[in-house]
Amino acid sequence: MSLRKLIVNKTMAALTVLFTVFSSANAFAQEAAAAATAKPVDMGPVHQNALFYVLLFLLLCLFIAIVGKALKVYELTRETQGKPEGINWNTVNAVIFALFLVVGLYGVYWEYTVHGTMISHMHEAASEHGQRIDEMFKLTLIITTIVFILTHIVLFAFAYFYRASDKRKAYYYPHNNTIEKIWTIVPALVLTLLVLKGFLTWRSIFYKVEDPKNRAINIEVTSSQFLWEIRYPGTDAIVGKKNYKLITAINSLGIDFKDKNSLDDLMAEEIVIPVNKPVRFILTSKDVIHSFYMPHFRVQLNTVPGMTSYFEFTPTITTEEMKTKLNDPKFNYILLCAKICGANHFNMQKNVRVVSEKEYQEWLTKQTPYLTNDLRKAFNLPVPVEAAAPAATEAPADTTATAAKVALDVKNQLALKK
Amino acid sequence: MSTISLHDTHHDDHGHGHHHETFLTKYVFSQDHKMIAKQFLITGIIMAVIAMLLSILFRIQLAWPDKSFPLLETFLGKWAEGGRIKPDFFLALVTIHGTIMVFFVLTAGLSGTFSNLLIPLQIGARDMASPFLNMLSYWFFLTACLVMMGSFFTQTGPASAGWTIYPPLSAVPKAMPGSQIGMTLWLISMVLFVASSLMGGINYVSTILNMRTKGMDLWKMPLTIWALFLTAVLGILSFPVLVAGVVLLVFDRSFGTSFYLSDLVFGTQILPNEGGSPILWQHLFWFLGHPEVYIVIMPALGISSEIISVNARKPIFGYHAMVYSLMGITILSFIVWGHHMFVTGMNPLLGGVFMITTLIIAVPSAVKTFNYLATLWRGNIRFTPAMLFAIGLVSFFISGGLTGIFLGNASLDINLHDTYFVVAHFHLVMGSAAIFGMLAGVYHWFPKMFGRMMNPKLAYLHFWVTFICAYLVFFPLHFLGLDGVPRRYYAFTEFEFMNKWLTVNVFVTWSAIVAALAQVAFLFNFFYSIFRGKKAPQNPWDANTLEWTTPVEHLHGNWPGEIPTVYRWPYDYSKPGAEKDFIPQTVPFSQTMSSNLPHDFEGNEEAERIQKEWEAKNKPVQE
Repeated sequence: MSLRKLIVNKTMAALTVLFTVFSSANAFAQEAAAAATAKPVDMGPVHQNALFYVLLFLLLCLFIAIVGKALKVYELTRETQGKPEGINWNTVNAVIFALFLVVGLYGVYWEYTVHGTMISHMHEAASEHGQRIDEMFKLTLIITTIVFILTHIVLFAFAYFYRASDKRKAYYYPHNNTIEKIWTIVPALVLTLLVLKGFLTWRSIFYKVEDPKNRAINIEVTSSQFLWEIRYPGTDAIVGKKNYKLITAINSLGIDFKDKNSLDDLMAEEIVIPVNKPVRFILTSKDVIHSFYMPHFRVQLNTVPGMTSYFEFTPTITTEEMKTKLNDPKFNYILLCAKICGANHFNMQKNVRVVSEKEYQEWLTKQTPYLTNDLRKAFNLPVPVEAAAPAATEAPADTTATAAKVALDVKNQLALKK
Repeated sequence: MSTISLHDTHHDDHGHGHHHETFLTKYVFSQDHKMIAKQFLITGIIMAVIAMLLSILFRIQLAWPDKSFPLLETFLGKWAEGGRIKPDFFLALVTIHGTIMVFFVLTAGLSGTFSNLLIPLQIGARDMASPFLNMLSYWFFLTACLVMMGSFFTQTGPASAGWTIYPPLSAVPKAMPGSQIGMTLWLISMVLFVASSLMGGINYVSTILNMRTKGMDLWKMPLTIWALFLTAVLGILSFPVLVAGVVLLVFDRSFGTSFYLSDLVFGTQILPNEGGSPILWQHLFWFLGHPEVYIVIMPALGISSEIISVNARKPIFGYHAMVYSLMGITILSFIVWGHHMFVTGMNPLLGGVFMITTLIIAVPSAVKTFNYLATLWRGNIRFTPAMLFAIGLVSFFISGGLTGIFLGNASLDINLHDTYFVVAHFHLVMGSAAIFGMLAGVYHWFPKMFGRMMNPKLAYLHFWVTFICAYLVFFPLHFLGLDGVPRRYYAFTEFEFMNKWLTVNVFVTWSAIVAALAQVAFLFNFFYSIFRGKKAPQNPWDANTLEWTTPVEHLHGNWPGEIPTVYRWPYDYSKPGAEKDFIPQTVPFSQTMSSNLPHDFEGNEEAERIQKEWEAKNKPVQE
């Protein structure tokens, strides 16, 4: 026994030495810090700080080592005295499992109630299909929560009640086909229910029958690193054609103004949509994949370069109504990017406002068209008289390629002017 | 069979110590499956520590986005100028953390280690079918790791387009700095890695199919072997698709092709690529990527099946159902990849189909969970460290699996896709669960690997801190996702509605730091016990499987004499009538007459007759 104690003491001594070494290193660090005050950032306190935490951790390790040694000494004494094992670790672990179950269940309750209520937009979806998604969500949440709680109770209760004991022998029970059939079929049935409901919800979102009396408003959104460009269709309700090859400094979307539908297209700084009217977002991307994500409306679809995708939905709550509902005067709907797209992925946002039909029409009249005088020149379109052009008179642009080239020339001239 | 017997005589004739082993052939270019397993394990552990440290770095950024940590600049230089991690580097951290964890730790580190260790030992083979290929598999893996880590030493930094490297972000060098040389290195590393895992996989499958010992028919194999077998099959069928995808991406990046690229404009520069589709990459990637998550979790499930049975001292409940559910998962995992692409804008009809297949996969998973619970029922559970981790795995598998029912539902995925809900989901179900399976395996088979025992008390500490902290880290993240916070966001400061989650982020980061510190207990325990641990007995856990019949001191060829013959399935624990509470697979039924059950003989009438005669003779004596 004395040998054991000696070893214990030796380990402790060694750790104390280690400890003192680190403390003196700390002192050295202080000196070094004093010497290096000329640097822009004084690293002295930083190192000291870091060292402090390292020491703290080592102290913790020391503490754990001491506890470990103490336990060992205790067990060895029991052993030499011929008594049974001092600590029954099976019981200890089983009790911790039981505690974990109780505390864990409370933790889950706390999470559901505290963090669950922190979810601002979860109160109510602000769109028609969103309400259906929320129903689906609630059903899934209820089912999964029940399974989650029950299986965990069973798991940890079994761990507690069937902990090892010398008096008992485990029950040899290799299989029971009836039970196995039951717990194959029951989950299958529940999942069938979820699949069916999910499938119907999914269909109702993406398979829309167009109602000629209530046509959706087309709004085009183009993503690029790291901004969203919005295009409204203007009076003809059709967003004109565009072609990425036409993109220039002044025609950032590459709108093809040879298409008459493009002429009245409007540029917008924010997305404004009328309440209770279907809107159809036409989604494209210029460079990488982004994701058009508006959580309040339960809307998300990737914007993929080279592919146009569509998401149609009907907002049901105006921004003002939502402000009063949430009792949050600062509330705003938001458009975010949900697909990793580069350094500024975390800040690629656009304001979204849902307004009444009247406000929407008013707002529309204030938006500027895409077609500027420079673009008119580039596309050989008649330019209103008051704005005479200094350049681009010799542009016989006919094909798209030359049009782009001319536009580039214009851009260069503009650059020169600056 | 003839090859096996030839192999046997070879060993009997030449004996041991005949061919000299140098340090180089024993520890470095070893062709012994046990040494290769150790190489995989230690490399995997080192990569796991690196990936964990990377995650702590980005967790620090998320928790304290406005604070400066000058120490970070000391270590990271220009990537943390002024003591704050840059957005580009943040994305690199996220990307490399994911890549290392998924491929290097949970595929190679888990599957590589335990396939190499357990397949020959548990089926009764001298070594792998091709030891040389096996060695190459490790060296390709190590090279892949080195190339990946090498990308940290490039001017523009490592790949940073996310571990799924969706083009065009990953394909166009000017899209982000990480898509320059860093992405090239990522792709090279991945090709090497796939080569490694294919060599490994082919080896595992051929070993299991051809080199089982006498009596070891497929239905007598331990569930670990079943899981490792099906994992290897999954890998062989899916990894080549990733290589195809990667090669096309290399072409797009370096040789001007347009497989994935079309209609691209950066600033005002119009790229010449036409006709490709970024969605094609996603199909190819997830055709591997989804089986990949099962490649990650299935070995962990196999390991925990074995460990739960051994330590509950009970046969695994529903052995056949366990195997069939593994097969079901294997097959289904090939037809669910589209659930990663519900919101890419692919045809909504496909979304519906993939939703159905995805939710079906919950059925075999549920069967496995219930079978685990039934195995624990009326057991005599010993909480060895391995058992604790196996129970932890079951808990994570349930928690993470259930959130999968939300994400597999296309209509719910609309709002949850690419949010923190996804992060929480897969970190529980394939991250934590698989890591716990791996740790359970390490604690369980450490005596077999190193001939010594690990300290159980440090292991208890390790388990409880890790288990609790893993839940503290990942459970709250679900709610961020439900609130619409997208993943891979550098900071939550730019959006008003995210501000309320900043305190949660601090809490999560502290939990992650504590969890990381708890791994010190494991690392110390692991490396200390290799050299100073208590000497292991022959069969420390009283287990039935074959590996515990090999000598504690390793020898090339595993068994000194003949390879033992197998007579029974591996789960005869606490069989009524038996002397001890376990009957190893090598014990013939003739030695256990008192405990034999009618179904043990699988319809062999002669054996049944002998058993009946014996019972008739012995019954009156007992009464």
